[in-house]
Amino acid sequence: MLAFSIRRLLQAILVMLVVALISFTLFRFVGDPVNQMVGVETTPEQREALRERLGLNDPIMTQFGRFIVKAAQFDFGTSYQFRQPVSDLIGKRLPATLELSLVSAIFALLVGIPMGVYTGLHRDSVLSKLFLSISLIGISLPTFFIGILLIFLFSVTLQWLPSFGRGDTVAIGWWTTGLLTVSGLKALVLPSITLGLFQMTLIMRLVRSEMLEVIRTDYIKFARARGLRQRSINFRHALKNTLVPVITITGLQVGSIIAFAIITETVFQWPGMGLLFLQSVQNVDIPIMAAYLMLIAFLFVVINLIVDLLYFVVDPRLRADRAAL
Amino acid sequence: MTQTPLLSVRDLRVEFPTRRGILKAIDGISFDLKEGEVLGVVGESGAGKSITGTAVIGLLEPPGRIAGGEVLLKGERIDNLSQQAMRKIRGKRIGMIFQDPLTSLNPLFTIGEQIIETILTHLPVSEREARDRAVALLEEVGIPAAADRLNAYPHQFSGGMRQRVVIALALCAEPELVIADEPTTALDVSVQAQIIRLLQRVCRDHGTAVMLITHDMGVIAETADRVAVMYSGRIAEIGPVRNVIKAPRHPYTVGLMGAIPSLTGDHDRLTQIPGSMPRLDSIPAGCAFNPRCSLVMDKCYRDRPDLVQAGESRAACWKVSETEEAAGR
Amino acid sequence: MTANTAKDAATDAAADAAAGVPPAAPRGRIARVLDSDILYSFLRSKVTILSAIVTLVFFAGAAFAPWIAPHNPFDLATISILDARLPPLGMEYSDPRFILGTDDQGRDVFSGILYGARISLAVGFLSVFFAAIVGVMLGLIAGYVGGKVDAVIMRIAEVQLTFPAILIALLVDGVARALFGNLDRERFAFWILVFSIALSFWVQFARTVRGSTLVERNKEYVQAARLIGIPRFLIMIRHVLPNVIGPVLVIATINLGLAIITEATLSFLGVGIPPTQPSLGTLVRIGNDFLFSGEWWIAMFPGFALAVLVLAVNLLGDWLRDALNPKLR
Repeated sequence: MLAFSIRRLLQAILVMLVVALISFTLFRFVGDPVNQMVGVETTPEQREALRERLGLNDPIMTQFGRFIVKAAQFDFGTSYQFRQPVSDLIGKRLPATLELSLVSAIFALLVGIPMGVYTGLHRDSVLSKLFLSISLIGISLPTFFIGILLIFLFSVTLQWLPSFGRGDTVAIGWWTTGLLTVSGLKALVLPSITLGLFQMTLIMRLVRSEMLEVIRTDYIKFARARGLRQRSINFRHALKNTLVPVITITGLQVGSIIAFAIITETVFQWPGMGLLFLQSVQNVDIPIMAAYLMLIAFLFVVINLIVDLLYFVVDPRLRADRAAL
Repeated sequence: MTQTPLLSVRDLRVEFPTRRGILKAIDGISFDLKEGEVLGVVGESGAGKSITGTAVIGLLEPPGRIAGGEVLLKGERIDNLSQQAMRKIRGKRIGMIFQDPLTSLNPLFTIGEQIIETILTHLPVSEREARDRAVALLEEVGIPAAADRLNAYPHQFSGGMRQRVVIALALCAEPELVIADEPTTALDVSVQAQIIRLLQRVCRDHGTAVMLITHDMGVIAETADRVAVMYSGRIAEIGPVRNVIKAPRHPYTVGLMGAIPSLTGDHDRLTQIPGSMPRLDSIPAGCAFNPRCSLVMDKCYRDRPDLVQAGESRAACWKVSETEEAAGR
Repeated sequence: MTANTAKDAATDAAADAAAGVPPAAPRGRIARVLDSDILYSFLRSKVTILSAIVTLVFFAGAAFAPWIAPHNPFDLATISILDARLPPLGMEYSDPRFILGTDDQGRDVFSGILYGARISLAVGFLSVFFAAIVGVMLGLIAGYVGGKVDAVIMRIAEVQLTFPAILIALLVDGVARALFGNLDRERFAFWILVFSIALSFWVQFARTVRGSTLVERNKEYVQAARLIGIPRFLIMIRHVLPNVIGPVLVIATINLGLAIITEATLSFLGVGIPPTQPSLGTLVRIGNDFLFSGEWWIAMFPGFALAVLVLAVNLLGDWLRDALNPKLR
């Protein structure tokens, strides 16, 4: 287990380094940072002095080293468009995105798993076919269009829920949360459904196909031959065996939740990192793009390490096999 | 035959509807099983042995279905019971053991969890008693340090040990009948004999009847009281094990016996039955064995033979019928 | 896959022969296709037929848009601001010339959808095409050459999998803006979009092809080709490629739907196709601003057109995957 953990940690560091290299390349070579910082009337001498001060004349490896050291301290320089430190900008918007992502992930799991179990067990029931049809539509509808449909239905037509923003938020230290006010919670409903719907259908289909596979296995047949209660067979013996792939996919989906968050935040004008990133792309604000990239990679790596740990909790075979490595 | 048999199968038929028509996997078989008796069921793969077993315990996989006949347990019909009622019979009155011990145990639960859950499902005992019972059972099937091994996961056992656990699981609620579907096929040859002997001993000690499904005549000869030979979804011959082995009546059984190597055998060459068993969608009219039979007659292409008494055995063959009639029975 | 099917057919035929079934009269090619599983599963599923029809209608509508569309949304001479924001037929103030209404500049929504589908499908096809070419080549090389080349290609693929398609496309767009400036970017927007989607889709092709190449590489026909001295490149192209191409078709179909969604999403976010040559996604983006003022049709009709198109393509992809190889997920 130790060897395995170390290997995974090294892989994670490698991924982070590669992403750092891409971010650095973006930062350093795409659009001259000096041009972005100075006005038209700046003299070549002043530019050169600035280059020297920023260390842009140092050897590339030194610059890259400095970039990494600064990145490790969450220092990504100053935004071109906002003239503020990137870390402040991102820090302010991080809670909004994390709360939205978390709520939609929980929604996807809480709804997706039971639906998957049901459709796996009752293949031919009318409800299963309905669920499957909905899931197919859920996969085919682009996320932004789901958001627009929900806004049209619940905000424009029925006027039940707000169509943009976070509502009222409460500050806990530097973290602002919308989970503690009624308007904050109401504002969360439509964006989380929009963001979570695709993951939900994915999880449902995954649990369904795993369930179909598991209930055909010998150990489930043997459990039935021993006369165990149907509920125990379905929800204890079968479901637990479908969890390993569900955990894997959930881990892999973190990236796409973050990507879809950009879309959802745009549709609902949600003041999160995704909206910030989109603005930075449109305004060629390279420091924010670079920082966002690093942050995503970091989140991804951390969550995948957690997923690896979960494997050990769920599957006893891994505990033994990996220990032997 | 005044005593009610433990298990009685009457004219059982199992069908699988497919898009090319209905396949008759089991086509009218009947047999009885007395309490504590060991009945061997032999035949090639596809003859319907396993399907007979799963039909008896009510675990046919859809779209497979019982299309006719009856299954009686101590005189009560069980083939038409509700799912819920049948579940209470499974494990409690009829146990089943599957082919592959490596895949029969749930990999994510400890041995103890699996045995204790099964005991608690069927018997009115406390968790404490169930645990003691589980330990006793594991000791009985020859698992050393049983109390400690209760917390072990299946992957920590060898194949032979796992099959011992499977036997303990099948017997943990004291069923009257155990259906063992090729219980040793997946095991090492060196372990096979041990497991068969264990199964035999434990079932004798508990007075459990066994329906032993196998394609290994050697195992049958050693273990069974009676044997049923299946061919193409029907019983070709059924009778006391030594009669069927020593004096097989059906040409198919004769062929099967010819294919068994024997240390003391008087023939030095193994014979082989030409051809192979027909697929379910192309069973010939008349006797299903007719394309491969060396004694085939006109009648065999027209009419399907039923089981007739021949000595202590019964066989489904026109030749046997003829011989028996000639003998004036 | 083709080889497999042929082999299955051969086994079936052998089994039929063994079972004594008279071989059917020689059947023509058409009869064989009619009897094949692919056609069967196609016809059995009404949904599949329907989605095939829908897909064809979209393809035809997009291809012949200049001839079918009642208006040309790009021809400023035919657009009148007086026609702006007309509702679709059946509503008050609607105009029979514009069956689905008009947008804020008086452009016909229905014609916009036809022209928009043209661009959406073009981006979809081209990006999947390039992704397939790059992916298949890299997959072949990785699988066939192996060693360090393989390791490097697959590591790149893994790191790239960390980043979802949308994110990669956004980055590429940001870089393009920085390199070309905003105005030039609009001119190249179409190709930048194709490039960025292709860039994020090649991985799946590469992984699948690499997997099957690893299997094919060790087969005898490849070894034979190597022995007689055929150059490595030729072996890859002429011998290995045709045997690994089956799954590529399936992935391409499934990815077509994904590519169309990705294009629409990017255009919706304002980093894809500019409003001067709107794709379906751009149309929804334009219409989104009018949702609250009551002109819902400007966003909804293009959105539904997009959804129906993607749904139909996805259904076809699902069917193709199941029909060609049920194991491919």
